Amino acid sequence: MASVEYQESEKFGLNWWERVPAVWWILAVLLLAMPAFANSFVLFQIFGWAFILGMIALSLMFLAGYGGMVSLLQMTVAGLAGYMVAILGDSAITTISLGWPWYVSIPAAIFIASVFATLCGWLAVRTEGIYTIMITLAIASAFFYFARQNYVIFNGFSGFNGVSPPQLFGVDWKQPTAFYYLTLFWATLSFLLIQYLSRAPFGLALQGIRDNPRRMAALGFNVTGHRIAAYAFASVIAAIGGILLTWQSGQISPGTAGVGPVIDILIIAVIGGMRRPIGPFIGAFIYVLLKTFAVDVLISLGLGGERFQLLIGLSFLAIVFWSPDGILGLWDRWRENRGRDPLTGERRDAP
Amino acid sequence: MLVAAILLWMIFAVWPEWLKDAIGRKKVFLNALFNGITLGGLYFLVASGFTLIFGLMRNVNLAHGSLYLLGGYVGYFVADSTGYWLLAFPAAFIVVAVLGVALQLLVFRRMQGQDLRQTLVTIGISIVMADLMLWGFGGDFYNISPPSWLSGPMETFFVTGTKRKTGELIYMKYPVVRIVIFAAAVAIGVGMWLLLNRTRIGMMVRAGVDDQEMLSATGARIQLVFVGVFAFGAGLAGMAGVVGGTFQSVAPGEDIRFLLASLVVVIVGGMGSIPGAALGALLIGLAEQFGSVYMPTYAVVLTFLIMVIVLAFRPQGLMGRA
Repeated sequence: MASVEYQESEKFGLNWWERVPAVWWILAVLLLAMPAFANSFVLFQIFGWAFILGMIALSLMFLAGYGGMVSLLQMTVAGLAGYMVAILGDSAITTISLGWPWYVSIPAAIFIASVFATLCGWLAVRTEGIYTIMITLAIASAFFYFARQNYVIFNGFSGFNGVSPPQLFGVDWKQPTAFYYLTLFWATLSFLLIQYLSRAPFGLALQGIRDNPRRMAALGFNVTGHRIAAYAFASVIAAIGGILLTWQSGQISPGTAGVGPVIDILIIAVIGGMRRPIGPFIGAFIYVLLKTFAVDVLISLGLGGERFQLLIGLSFLAIVFWSPDGILGLWDRWRENRGRDPLTGERRDAP
Repeated sequence: MLVAAILLWMIFAVWPEWLKDAIGRKKVFLNALFNGITLGGLYFLVASGFTLIFGLMRNVNLAHGSLYLLGGYVGYFVADSTGYWLLAFPAAFIVVAVLGVALQLLVFRRMQGQDLRQTLVTIGISIVMADLMLWGFGGDFYNISPPSWLSGPMETFFVTGTKRKTGELIYMKYPVVRIVIFAAAVAIGVGMWLLLNRTRIGMMVRAGVDDQEMLSATGARIQLVFVGVFAFGAGLAGMAGVVGGTFQSVAPGEDIRFLLASLVVVIVGGMGSIPGAALGALLIGLAEQFGSVYMPTYAVVLTFLIMVIVLAFRPQGLMGRA
């Protein structure tokens, strides 16, 4: 796992916009200008979906990368938030939906989801390492089976459809361009928040607890408290992602938070890399591209489109085998190698 | 004691009318009890391999459900083509055990001690295996039918009620195959316990659970023990697949169901403990059956509740060591 990242001190004299590398500015302009040259399918189905999955995976990356807790609960939290928006707000199932206005139902949904996540976190932090995976997987699947069987609140197998974002400021947020900016906004916000938090006292303490919980406890940090707080914080990001996901597909059903999607979020985070917050978004983008276009590729190879899971599983295996830090790890190694002199192996100064 | 006495009375006595009014007929209760216990036997078969592998190698094998499902398919095709139901068990055991050996030698040995990475690899393997099996066997349900001498019900000596007119006692009927399989599960459990506690190999395994490095330092060939335990655990999962195919059916999706069942069983019973797996399997099997009879919508919640209570008060599991 990565050690704590320090800010490079020689950059302190600069203004904040000069400290951000040029690549990020180019990326930001590119993303903002995307609707000018991308069609609505790309905006809505590819970028919108990738941002949402990236957010949910980001919350996992925060827990796993900084907190050392691989929680398979994040998709469940997202699913619960999506359910709550459908139940408290509007949906086509008018017998269950309460029809509260958006400014009540959305905060309430996020609140309920994070209370749930905090309680589960309280249970999960009693165990460590691989045990956490087992317990969160068990909770996640219990939620799935419960939502599928319960018809009074969760409307059973079919779930809710006809869930749409509110018409705010005269904009129909379901339109591809508007939805693209909506997801871009929330994804960027949560990305910056995690980026900031990784260097804030709370994030640093969390990374310390990941590396050596005993020492941190001896230093007077409340280890359990920090871990539970991390669950609570991550759940807010996952919950926002879940609400956006419900709006994007217009429906929520038990399958949204089934065992498959729960594992998919882990795959996304691992493929992208869990060292830095950008990793989950890279992973989500690759996942969405694969999911959208793999069918065509597979058919052209004569394999039939339904072998998509095989492709995902094999690429996941390949990543775990050769680069446990995901694509980001590959990128870091490539940069490291480029920075070295090929003959002596010494570090050159970066070009 | 009191609870046990009440339970015994409920099992053996003829129920009075008020109890029948309160929780339904005795036949339903006894059936749920028996189904729960036999389901517990099946869960034990799956979970004991899982817990054995975990206890020794710290490897959370999330592909365990896939091994179970593969065993079911192999068992179905062997039983179907040869006509001998009993032949399905060794066949499934051997095929899945060989696969287990291959996994241990080719995959897990390379990343020993990195338990998180091993777990991630097992997730990948389970995805790939699930899709390959869907490809190879299709999405149909397969039922492994037991031979004629095991099919059909059997009279037991449990009273379910009395005949209205004559006052004769009615005895419960129960499928023979489930009872036989449960007895086999108990026999396997006892055999495993004896193997672990009374033999030299068992001693080595137990020593490995406590301190791997010390064991290899004393000259035991620990890699061989690892391969052996992995093969045995995987083989058990394969055999459980045949049992599950006889009880219920073999179909895609069953792998995840049984993986989760063994996860919960092992969390409740205590990781790495065989008696714990037995106790956990019994509890979860009973909870599932009673739950589905007496509160159908919330059966899952009951299982889950047991897990939460155990985690809250005994995080290491009922039989686990802290």
